[in-house]
This record gives sequence, structure tokens and C-alpha cells, in this order.
Amino acid sequence: MKERLQELKQEALSKVQHSEEVQALKDIRVEYLGKKGPITEVLRGMGKLSKEERPIIGQLANDVREEIAHAIESKQTRLEDEALEKQLEAESIDVTLPGRPIQVGGPHLLTSIVEEIEDLFIGMGFEIKEGPEVETDYYNFEALNLPKGHPARDMQDSFYITEELLLRTHTSPVQARTMGQKNGSEPVRMICPGKVYRRDTDDATHSHQFTQIEGLLVDKHVRMSDLKGVLDAFAKQMFGAEREIRLRPSFFPFTEPSVEMDISCKMCGGSGCSVCKGTGWIEILGAGMVHPNVLEMAGYDPDEYSGFAFGMGPERIAMLKYGVDDIRHFYTNDQRFLKQYHKA
Amino acid sequence: MLVSLNWLNEYIDVRDYQPEDLAEIITKTGIEVESVEPVAEEVKGVVVGYVTSCEQHPNADKLSLCQIDVGTETLQIVCGAPNIAQGQYVPVAVPGAVLPGNFKIKKTNLRGEESNGMVCSLQELGVDEKDVPKEYQNGIFVFPEDVQAGENAVSLLNLDDMIIELGLTPNRADCLSMAGVAYEVAAALDREYKLAGEEVHPVSEKASEYLSVSVQDQEANPYYGAFIIKDVNVGKSPLWMQNKLTAAGIRPINNVVDITNYVLLEYGQPLHAFDYDRFGSKEIVTRKAEDGETIVTLDDQERTLTTDHLVITNGTKPQAIAGVMGGAESEVNENTTTILLEAAYFDPAVVRQSSKDHGLRSESSTRFEKGVDPNRVERAGKRACELLERYTGASVLSGVVSFDQLDRTEREVTVQSQRINERLGTDISNQEIADILKRLQFTFTNSGDNFDISVPTRRGDVTQFEDMLEEIARIYGYDHLPYTLPQGASQAGGLSRIQKLKRDIKTYFEGAGLNEAITYSLTSESRAAMLVSEEIANQANHPVKLAMPMSEDHSHLRLSLLPEMLQSLAYNTARKQNNLGYYEIGKVFINEEERVTKQPVETLRASGALTGEWVSHLWQQEKKPVDFFVVKGIVEGLAAKLDLSVSFEKGKIEHMHPGRTAIIKSGERTLGFLGQVHPKLQKEMGLKETYVFDLNVEELFNMYTKVEGFRPIPKYPEVSRDIALVVEESIPAAEIEKTIVEAGDPLIQIVQVFDVYQGDHLDDGKKSLAFNLVYLNPERTLKDKEVEEAHNQILDAVKQTHRAELRG
Repeated sequence: MKERLQELKQEALSKVQHSEEVQALKDIRVEYLGKKGPITEVLRGMGKLSKEERPIIGQLANDVREEIAHAIESKQTRLEDEALEKQLEAESIDVTLPGRPIQVGGPHLLTSIVEEIEDLFIGMGFEIKEGPEVETDYYNFEALNLPKGHPARDMQDSFYITEELLLRTHTSPVQARTMGQKNGSEPVRMICPGKVYRRDTDDATHSHQFTQIEGLLVDKHVRMSDLKGVLDAFAKQMFGAEREIRLRPSFFPFTEPSVEMDISCKMCGGSGCSVCKGTGWIEILGAGMVHPNVLEMAGYDPDEYSGFAFGMGPERIAMLKYGVDDIRHFYTNDQRFLKQYHKA
Repeated sequence: MLVSLNWLNEYIDVRDYQPEDLAEIITKTGIEVESVEPVAEEVKGVVVGYVTSCEQHPNADKLSLCQIDVGTETLQIVCGAPNIAQGQYVPVAVPGAVLPGNFKIKKTNLRGEESNGMVCSLQELGVDEKDVPKEYQNGIFVFPEDVQAGENAVSLLNLDDMIIELGLTPNRADCLSMAGVAYEVAAALDREYKLAGEEVHPVSEKASEYLSVSVQDQEANPYYGAFIIKDVNVGKSPLWMQNKLTAAGIRPINNVVDITNYVLLEYGQPLHAFDYDRFGSKEIVTRKAEDGETIVTLDDQERTLTTDHLVITNGTKPQAIAGVMGGAESEVNENTTTILLEAAYFDPAVVRQSSKDHGLRSESSTRFEKGVDPNRVERAGKRACELLERYTGASVLSGVVSFDQLDRTEREVTVQSQRINERLGTDISNQEIADILKRLQFTFTNSGDNFDISVPTRRGDVTQFEDMLEEIARIYGYDHLPYTLPQGASQAGGLSRIQKLKRDIKTYFEGAGLNEAITYSLTSESRAAMLVSEEIANQANHPVKLAMPMSEDHSHLRLSLLPEMLQSLAYNTARKQNNLGYYEIGKVFINEEERVTKQPVETLRASGALTGEWVSHLWQQEKKPVDFFVVKGIVEGLAAKLDLSVSFEKGKIEHMHPGRTAIIKSGERTLGFLGQVHPKLQKEMGLKETYVFDLNVEELFNMYTKVEGFRPIPKYPEVSRDIALVVEESIPAAEIEKTIVEAGDPLIQIVQVFDVYQGDHLDDGKKSLAFNLVYLNPERTLKDKEVEEAHNQILDAVKQTHRAELRG
């Protein structure tokens, strides 16, 4: 019996060794290890054995069975692995082919600039205010110390609708409106971005519609040095920590003193180049201390309250920051232009 | 204002400053310097030559052969200028000279004759054509007076001057004169200066014997002074004067006109010289013109006047438009011998009106419009008399005939140093303030903190504390202001609810694949009424029209963002950009009135336009053009994001595809529309198939309520069933869906169409709609029986309501 078992083992292992298909292995399993297989048969004949031989043969039969099963299993695993490997080989792709594009849009460059500035001033405790684009003559001019007949309010420069209504020429009316809402007693910290309109022929540097951001801070004891401090913080965050600012005297009807703010030129670091026209400085915005007439008209006592205001053009800032050479790019919506600024 | 540095140096010595450094100082203390440039490009090697002989060139009709003494030698030069003649002093570029454009002069041979240099025109020396006196425009320049042969012509002609261009803000009219600039520079540099005086030697004869002056409108004309100058020889003005005018961009004409222009530049006071003999009377009457009255001005234009215009008349006829331009009738010409010289103060607003109405902006009107210094009017007249005396050989009659109601008092402004420091955030001492006021030439008295300041009349812009504050701050220097932050109680800044939502939906649209566009609010009349949502169209029949549009393309305020957005699409399409998806959030302007009397209602809309491929993955042959349902999906996604339920109804909007347009609604309220642009409009605009949406986003924001609390996640499984219904093809899927939802309440959770079929095995006019229905009971596991019941209820309802048949 021992010999028979050894024989069966050799036979089965040899068959396993020569099998190259999973099905063949399955057949071998059924043939040798099945209920009707030869090993089972051997075990069935164990009754004829002596009491001493029985466990020895039983043990051997089990060993043989296990050895064959193990051989089948490991062969099967190997065959399956090989098959999988083959399949994966066949499934391989050209990973350099382009992926399926995801449609992702993005904001307009002007919006990005405006929101960046909004967030920056929000961080300094400013609110964002908005106002109508069709303004009354009063808010657009009169409340800003530009009485009727003032040379700066020429019909030729503004889009009037009636004598009393026009497309706002700046976002400054929102100053007057915001102050007016506070009854002359509460402090104001706000910026107001928005569209403004001027009677200009569209060309590389002029646009009949453009964007402005106006800022206003009114409180007791506001100093001009506060304006300088706030603008410096703005410039450093917006244009880089190494930027310097300088204030130059200027004139706006609604501020006194009035200044223009320059930042040191990024291109040359202040030594003078073609971008800054050799001056080392680039004009960024206009600002000043709120004119007492403006405070008074809005209901504030100019002896008690003071404030500062500033105004800037996001188009100009975008043009400086990115070197955009034509203001019309902002309004033709050429997607080749817009998409350049969708990158994070 | 163009400032000649050579001229400025006569009043205040700034030769120790590099022009750029000086410009920087001027910019930082008060007036922006726009440019610092040489008056002309660099010229080298040009000297004065004396033409000793000038003969016809033997081989050329139009050339002259000249012998010219250039001091060191006599050169033979061939010259083509028609005005060259023997006995002239002329600028000569000798061999080795360099003219503008790096034009090097060499010995040459012209038609067989040696030419050792070039006689120059002013243009060849770099002078702007418009500043060249008329008689020299087509020829060489001839020095108007005796100079030395061999002298440096470059400095004689002031071609080595530097010009500082000041960009003056409207308040700084005081710097529209060399004197004003001298004051400003003196204050900026803290330096001494010296201005010219007026030194006239009148004859005993009195001007009042020649003339009377009367003024009818003293508000428009508070001062009118007339001087009489006789025995004038009209001729050329001296070279130095011509040079200064040229440097300031004014063309020399003759000595009389040049002198009035010179004083205008020097004092900032415009003057006018009439030919006394052709003035037409012995009386000057200034008055408002009559409607329809006419005058022929110096430029030979006949101008029709109105009662807005102030005129200088001879009692009957206007001889000048006050402050703007003189009349041709009494213009000074080469035969003039007696001059009536006007020095006047005209009301700025009146001059501005005349200048605007006649489209005439002159050196004179510019200054009157901004207000001249009342204390310099008469002095300027005297200064001109002095120059006329000296350079035209004239005699000035004694006295000035005048009307005078002019206020010349200096304004008093009081400031306290403490208040100045409080407002600036500085610590400027009383001594420093006193020094600054001295530099500005403002007189003052000081006691303790208090400064009582008299503001000179030349500084009409300084009227109150804040103006003085600016004067002190700018001279003190803005660079010296500290950097501080506002001290008031800080508030939490931030975005409003609407502003936050606006940013949220922008992010949504961008995530959905759309690019933000910004288009013009102004559009054409026809586009203003195009693609307007019905709830807007119902209120706004009259798009707001500009009173004076610049072009028909931008004459009306938009009622929809779409027409201009489609223009942007067309712009891209024309540039071969075919796959486009845009959105914009912007205002439209609703006006109900035929004639606008009040501000239109401005309401925010979100619109989008898409065309071309939506999905495009080429090598996998995956390609899907934009269609109705892409756009609808974007709108539905937005509604879902805002947790709003909206419905869609088939609708009609002009310029939209009649079969592919849906009105977007919430209950009975219209929120906008979406669909395909009418193929006719597409074609007209050069667009391919284009889909749009337009939403009243302001209304969406109003409806939106922020998610609060917590909805438990279902613990029990849902049951999914499909049904296919055969219905009339005209029945919209949404209506069936609505019936299903109502009938399946409360168990039904989701109803989704997953198939639409028409064709074989269905009767004509029928369609099959397959729905996936999801049931759920949040309380417990659903029993089959419950689902069955709900499902049957649904089937009954759709049968009853829509005569739907279950598809076998």
C-alpha cells in the first residue's frame, strides 16, 4: 500500500508539473483527490490492515494527499499569476496620451484684482459698499465739492442722461452715499469697487467704461500719516514687501490735501527704466484727506471728524502688474486673453 | 506749462542742480514734472556766419554759391534756400558739425562746386516746425540783429536749453507763469529769487486824451485797463525774446505780438494789442454780446455771439471776444503805429463759456479761465509798455485809462500749529511752520500756536485751513510724514450676504466650466431691447438713452447682458476660437418712463452664453457639442446649489429659437430664460449654434436661505423601481414628473427620467418616458406592500392625469 501511495504521488506530481493550464490542474485534483480518486480508494482498503499499520498508512495517505494538493495549488497560483501578467501586459496603454480635459472656467482678470484688493482691505476692517451706476448729478459732483459750473464736470466728459442724471464718472459718489447713511456720527471704513463711465473714445489707453475702487475712512482724529500707513500696507501686500511708496502733492476737488501715490518701480527697483520712464516711480492711485465741504455736506462736523479717501483703477493696476498693453483687452473678452489669468 | 531752464535761471539760480534732480524736487513739493527734455536734439558745431557774397550757382538754377565768413575763415558753401542773401548773419554748420538725427556735416561737391558746410533752417537745427516764424519756414534762419561771425549759434538760438514740462492741476494756475514758477521753485529750494520790474518812461501826452473806457457788466469784467503806445515800429522782436517764446512753444510773429506773449508767459497775464487807428472809435465799451451779433476773429473766422459772451467793443462793434481772441478788424499789422494795449481781468466762468462755445482754447483763455492774479493785471500792462518802449522804439503815453472794481485784498487764513500736527500726524515746530511760510512768501503774524496768514492774491487756490495745511505739508515734505495706522475703534470688515453669494455663484459657474466675461453696459438701441427676459421687458419698455452718445454702438443702457456677450462670442469666433463658454454677473437698468426723470432700477443678472464643443476628447472620439441640456444643467446646478426649486416651461422670446426656449420660474414668478439663440440671429452675428441663459440673480439671492440645522442621514435602505410610460408626445416630462411626485408623497424621494423613446413599436404621436423612482421611509425599512401601494397610486395618477399607459 505504501508503494501504491508513493506511486500515486509521483504520478500526480509529474502530471502537475506538466500541466500548463488551470483546467488541467482542476482535472488532476478531481482525478487524484476526488471522492472516487485512487487515494480515497487506498484509504478505503485500510480495513484490511493491521492495527499497527493503519495509522502509519493513514498518515502517509494524508501526507501524499496534502503534498499533491499543495503542488496543485502552487502550480495554479503560478499559472494564474502568469495569466494575469499576460493580461496586464496586453492591457498596457500609452500613458503619454492626453487625458480627458476637464472644463474649468475662471474669473476675469479685473475681478481677480478687485477681489484681491477687497480681501486686503477687509483684513484692515473695511466694508465693501456698492452704489448705483446711474447717478444723480448731486452725488456724482455736488456732494463731492464739484458745484455746478466747475470746470471738472464738463458735459463733454460725462455720459449724461438728463440734466440731473448721468452714468457715474467715478465711484466717489458711494463715499457721499455711505457717509450720508451714517447720520454724521458713526465712523466709516469702506471701499467701493465698481464700473464707471467717461466720455472717452476707446483706444489703447482709454475706455468709455472702466473700473474704479474708492476707499474711505472717516473717524475722529484721522491723520494724514494714517493714510500713508494704510496705503503703504496696501502697496506692500499688493505689489510686494520690498516696494516703497511716496506721496506727491496733487489736486482733487473732494480732498485737501490731495496726493498721488507712487510705488517704487518693480522693474528697476527704483533706479529708473523704461517702465517708470526713468523716474524709478510708478503712479498707482490718488488720495487725500476728505475735503471739509464733503464732510459737511454728508452731515459730519469737519472740526470733529476727519478722514481720508483714495481711488485707484484696477485696469491700470492689472496693466502694470502683468504688462497688459491695451485696455481694450479687458472688454473684448478674447478667451486667449482671459485664460492666461485663470492659473492659480 | 513748458519752463525754460535758461529763463528760470534769470529769476532764480538753479544752475547747480541737474535738471532731473530739480524736476524731482518740484514734483515732490508740489507740481508734477511730466518731462525734462532738451529744447532740441543735440546740435554741435553750428556757428554764426556772415554772408560776404551770394551768387547764382553756375550749374544749378535753384542753388546759390556763397562765401561765408565764419570768424576763423571764409567758407564757400552751396545753399538751396530761396531767402539767402549777401549781408545776412546765418547759422552755419561747418564741416564736422552734427545736426539732429545724428546728421554729420562733411565737405562735399554740389553740381561741380565745392561746399564746405551747410546754412541751416531752424527745423534743421531741431526747432519744432510749429514754433518757427512764418518767414523762415521755407528757408534758412536769419539772425534778426547783428551778431559776431564765428559766435556759437547753438547758444545764441538757445538750443542748449532744457525744458521742464509741468503737469499743472487745475488749482495751480499760479504756475502758468514764469514768475509763479519762480515763487514755487524758490519755496521748494528755499532760495532767493528776483523777478523783473516794470520801468516805463511815459511821455507827457495822456492816454486819457485818446480813449475812454466803460464797462457794462462789472461782474464779468471787474477791471479793464487801456494803455496807449504810439510811434511803434512793428518788426522783429529781439532774438532772446524769440528764443524764449520758442522754448515755451509759442511762435514768434512780430515785436508787438511777441511782447504781449512774452508778458503772458512771464506774468501769467494775457494782454491784447489793438491797432488804435483801426479800432474805429475813441471809446472802449465792454459788454455782453447781443444774440446773433458777429465778429471776424484773428483767424479770419466769422463767429456768431450770444449773450453769454463778453465782448470788447468800440461802442458799436465788437473788436474782440474778451479773453479769448481779438478781432481781425483792429489786428496789429506791419503798418500799425499806435497801439491800444488791453490789460484786463475777466471772470473765469465767462471766458470758459466763450472759449467752449467757439472751440477756441488759447494761451490767453487758459489763463483767464483759471483766474489771473488781480495784483498783476496792471503791472503786466506796464511791463509790456516797458518792452514796447525798448524794442519797438515807441512812446508810452502817461496813465492808464481804466475801469476798476477789482478786489485785490489778500485772504486771511488762521491756523494753529497743534491742529496742523493733529491732522498730519506730525510734530512740526512753530519755527518750522514760520520758515515754511517765509519760503512760500506768505506774510503772517505769529503768537504762540497761532498763525494769522495773508495769502498772496496769486494763490487764489488757498482759501481755508485745509489749503494751508497742504501748503505746509508739501513744503515740509510728505516723505517726512510718519507711517501710522488709524486709531479709531476697529470694526470687523467683511462681505455682505449678497457679496458673499455673488462670489459663491461665480465660483460655481467657473467650476461648471464657464469663463467670466465683462462686457459694456452701453449698447446700441436695437441690442438694448434684445434677448430681454419677460419680467424685465414687462416693466421696462424704454431702455435708458444717453443724451449725447459717442457712437450708436454705445447709446443705450442694457436690459440684458446677452447681446454684448454674444458680441464677445462673435469676436472670438471671428478669431477661430470656436469652443466658448462665458458667464457674466452685472447690472441691467430698468426704466419705466418714456422720458427718464429718476434713476432707473438697477438689478443684478447672471447670464451665460455657450457655443461649440462642450466635451471634446479627440483621440477617444469623445465629442459633444453644447446643447440645450448642457445649459439647462448649469442652471439646475445653480438652483440646487442655492437649494431653490425652479421649474422650466416652454416659452417664446424674440430672437430665441421658438422650439428650444424655456422660461425659468419659481412658482408663478419668472426668474429668467434659457435656450438656443434664434438661428437667424446666430447667422447675422456670425455665430454657430449658441445657447444662452439669463437669470435674475438678485431674486435668487432673495429667495435663498442658508442651510441651518441638520437633516439626519437615512438609516434604512431605499427601494428603486423603474417604470416606462407611453404618453402623447406633447406632454412635457416635467408635468408627469410633478404628478408622480404628488402621487408618491411621502415615500417617493427621487424621480429621474432615464430614457425617452419615440419610433418603432409606438404609435405615431406617442413617446415613451422611462422613470427611475426611489422610495424611502426614514422611520423604518420599507415593506414590499407599501412600495407596491405607492407605485400603484402613481400609476393610477399618471393614467388619470396624462392618459399614460404602462409600456409593455
